[in-house]
Amino acid sequence: MTRVVAALARRALRTTARRPQFVAPLVLFPTLFLAANVGGLTRATSLPGFPPVPSFLDFQLAGSLTQALLLGGVASGIAIALEIEMGFFDRLLAAPIPRVAIVLGRLCAAAVVALGQVAWFLAVDLAFGGSVEGGPLGALAVAAIGVVAGVGFGATGITIALLARNVATVQGVFPLVFVILFGSSAFFPRDLLQSPAREVARYNPLSLIADGLRDPLVGPVSAGPVLEGLAAAGGVAVVMTAACVLALRRRLARA
Amino acid sequence: MTGRARIVLWLGRRGLNEVLRVPGASIPGVLAPTIFLLGLTSMFGAAARLPGFTADDFATFIVPVGMLQGAAFSGAATGVNLARDIERGWFDRLLLVPAPRLTLLAGIVASAALRSLLPSSVVFAAGLLIGVPWPGLGATALAFALVMGLALGLACYATTLALAFRTQQAAPLMQMGGFVLVLFTPAFAPEDLLAGWMHAIATVNPVTYVLEGARQGFVGDVTWPRTWPALAALGGMLALLGSLAVRGMRRTGR
Repeated sequence: MTRVVAALARRALRTTARRPQFVAPLVLFPTLFLAANVGGLTRATSLPGFPPVPSFLDFQLAGSLTQALLLGGVASGIAIALEIEMGFFDRLLAAPIPRVAIVLGRLCAAAVVALGQVAWFLAVDLAFGGSVEGGPLGALAVAAIGVVAGVGFGATGITIALLARNVATVQGVFPLVFVILFGSSAFFPRDLLQSPAREVARYNPLSLIADGLRDPLVGPVSAGPVLEGLAAAGGVAVVMTAACVLALRRRLARA
Repeated sequence: MTGRARIVLWLGRRGLNEVLRVPGASIPGVLAPTIFLLGLTSMFGAAARLPGFTADDFATFIVPVGMLQGAAFSGAATGVNLARDIERGWFDRLLLVPAPRLTLLAGIVASAALRSLLPSSVVFAAGLLIGVPWPGLGATALAFALVMGLALGLACYATTLALAFRTQQAAPLMQMGGFVLVLFTPAFAPEDLLAGWMHAIATVNPVTYVLEGARQGFVGDVTWPRTWPALAALGGMLALLGSLAVRGMRRTGR
């Protein structure tokens, strides 16, 4: 089982690296959006009510990382949908391997991609004058939340792909990523959001994940936001992995 | 009507047909700028309280940005559609048509200008619905004209990439060009409030002048000193990107 999962994860990672349309949303678009936000709204930190942060880049980084992780989830879904459309997924189902390994392999790849995304954004932060105020422990906390959230978002994308069974539907989710993001405190302090985004952000688990990622970047690691972020990311990962397995069973039952 | 004009018209109609026959394919290009307008206003609305911000509210300031984003999506879609036609062999058949390559190119990119009216109109209407003041007929006409011109230029850019890479996998590159050009401008804040490096980029970015031209009426009055730089920047972009696309067309199949 472990060998099968590892082999499928390696294959998924190779496929991702070979296709530019998969790589671009993973880091390029969120990095450009980060640059546009930071360059355009750098003075926002002087707004009354904006929490004290070392720089606007440090504040925005968590939002861009959350955005990248969400887009990574969509990319995982598109990859599975492509395999379904091209018939490769059916060949996997016919192979003498545990079916759940197909999902787990893809989720392991999502975890590795998420770790790469965390490393990329921390490198961008440091390269452009930002800092990880929480030090190495803070970087570890960011990596932990990022990887767990990456698995959760990956499972969400795969679930949608298994239910829809076509690329177009999964691609249609792309704009929804922004709706979910804009209704959270990923990019701006919750108290400064306009209504109704402020109220939505209060109940959006993405706010907890983004705030958990942000806390070690803008100050010393504090248990509250980091644990809340980890719990929210873990909740998404557990619920969506279960949904993913159920969607696979449903597909098998129909096949 | 001359034969060449008829070919341009047919190819332009073919490009527009996709909007009518596959409306689903146009939805992301319409939804994305609208979601950006509403989402960014919800998120960054408080930025309008910054000293030196030149608009009364953030939505009014970024409606023209959303309209130009619509142009960028339309331009990229033209390139992606061409790449698909190349992959399926339809483009090779088109090259057999006894018409100059320039005529074929004009037909391919012409639809982008018209197609951009769909997302930009939706963004404009969404802006009015959330309380952005009516900018006036002249300013509105100018904004839409600049949107169409930018869509034309970015369609030339995307066409160049489609001809060079000959695959839809180059779609992110096509989309990224417009994304960068539109957002690395005074998109979210007036020039004086930008970070130093962003100010430097915005100064040399021709879309900055197009955006400032389209922003007239929304922020301040329409004036010739703000209009001619927009037209000149757009003319320069069309000349440069158009000549690259013509070069790509002439090289294709040789």
